[in-house]
Amino acid sequence: MLAKRIIPCLDVRDGVVVKGVQFRNHEVVGSIVDLAKRYADEGADELVFYDITASSAGRRVDKSWVAKIAEVINIPFCVAGGIKSAQDVKEILAYGADKISINSPALANPDLITELSDIFGAQCIVVGIDSYFNEETGTYQVKQFTGDEKCTKTTSWQTLDWILEVQKRGAGEIVLNMMNQDGMKNGYDLKQLKLARKICKVPLIASGGAGAMEHFYEAFNEADVSGALAASVFHKHIIEIPKLKAYLQEKGVVVRA
Amino acid sequence: MKLGIIDSNASNLNSVYQALLRLKHEGNLNFPLELMISSKKEELKTADKLIFPGVGAISAVMEGLKRNDLVDFVKENQKPLLGICLGMQILFSGSEEVPLKSESKTSSGLNLIEGQIKKISCGDLPLPHMGWNSLEFSSHPLFKGLKENSYVYFVHSYCASLGSYTIASSEYGQKFSAAVSFKNFLGVQFHPEKSGAVGAQILKNFLEM
Repeated sequence: MLAKRIIPCLDVRDGVVVKGVQFRNHEVVGSIVDLAKRYADEGADELVFYDITASSAGRRVDKSWVAKIAEVINIPFCVAGGIKSAQDVKEILAYGADKISINSPALANPDLITELSDIFGAQCIVVGIDSYFNEETGTYQVKQFTGDEKCTKTTSWQTLDWILEVQKRGAGEIVLNMMNQDGMKNGYDLKQLKLARKICKVPLIASGGAGAMEHFYEAFNEADVSGALAASVFHKHIIEIPKLKAYLQEKGVVVRA
Repeated sequence: MKLGIIDSNASNLNSVYQALLRLKHEGNLNFPLELMISSKKEELKTADKLIFPGVGAISAVMEGLKRNDLVDFVKENQKPLLGICLGMQILFSGSEEVPLKSESKTSSGLNLIEGQIKKISCGDLPLPHMGWNSLEFSSHPLFKGLKENSYVYFVHSYCASLGSYTIASSEYGQKFSAAVSFKNFLGVQFHPEKSGAVGAQILKNFLEM
């Protein structure tokens, strides 16, 4: 049986791991290599490294830390942040990353998804989507440049349309960041996840809002996502991965023990 | 022990190399390990054991072997050789996986193990089969010390069906060979270099066999 994945996400800014609330006010939580090793040893199934400043500042992911991560961990990992070309991807994969994730650059140039998928294979091309629920209009809107609140803008894409579009263009996996929930620890937006799951033929990863072990169970059980991504609950030891896995296993979720 | 990693210039070898480096330094091996990455048969001939990693497309890996004049070297090799992912698939006669613009229906392999690599038959499940899947393994020494229901990491769309060569299997829509053994050749469909402690144990077992 294919296991459901628990994915700690490390937001990286200036070479250290940071975490903010609702994408703002970032505080330092630790060193990249130390946290990567800790999570791999504790049983994380995959790691995601987001350089949250890269896209908005027009910078590229600093490759040196990618190579350092590959030296210390023995599980798959994904690198995101400001990846704009096939050359960027080639270098990051050569340093030992298994996947790359694109977000803002895919919105700026949707052809990039197809180009990267054709060259490197859909299995390593993840598209991250920052989705914001607008209460006034009752719609899910895709946001761009969320790494820096001064640069963040609302795109013309509605989330579900963009999920369909990126699959058409060759995305191999989708990470849905539900911004209203980010850092709030109230649980994933199950309603949105279920809507996304219905139209998503590639693995769907829930992101934003995990605060308790039940939230992971709900995402797997109710929305049937392939993986659940979280940051602060892991960084701050609110949830320990071995305990989370034991809990999920008890509930009947297939996880790698 | 001298371990040669076969470089067909078609795959990223860093993850495999780093996994072996970790074994060398932290694996409690009871012998010194010397690692060599090479695409030259004269150098690879001096190795005691060989690992052949493969990522990408089978035709590209085969082309890489041809370009480096390594086809006969691998076929005639008498030493223990472990193929990983496409490095396993290429041990077979051929594969349904062909380049997009190709008119041919199959790509050829090294024909060391008889059989065709076929697309995974998994219905509505997404391809590639990607992620951690449970491993049903035999008593083969490659799996020494593993616990029942161990998980390993897969990324593939094509697979080898079950056969007399199968030493471990997994299931994704269909059952398929997760590991094979034929004479001195071993192959794993999954990525031991990315499979955590279980994968490290499998690589260690290969070195110690």
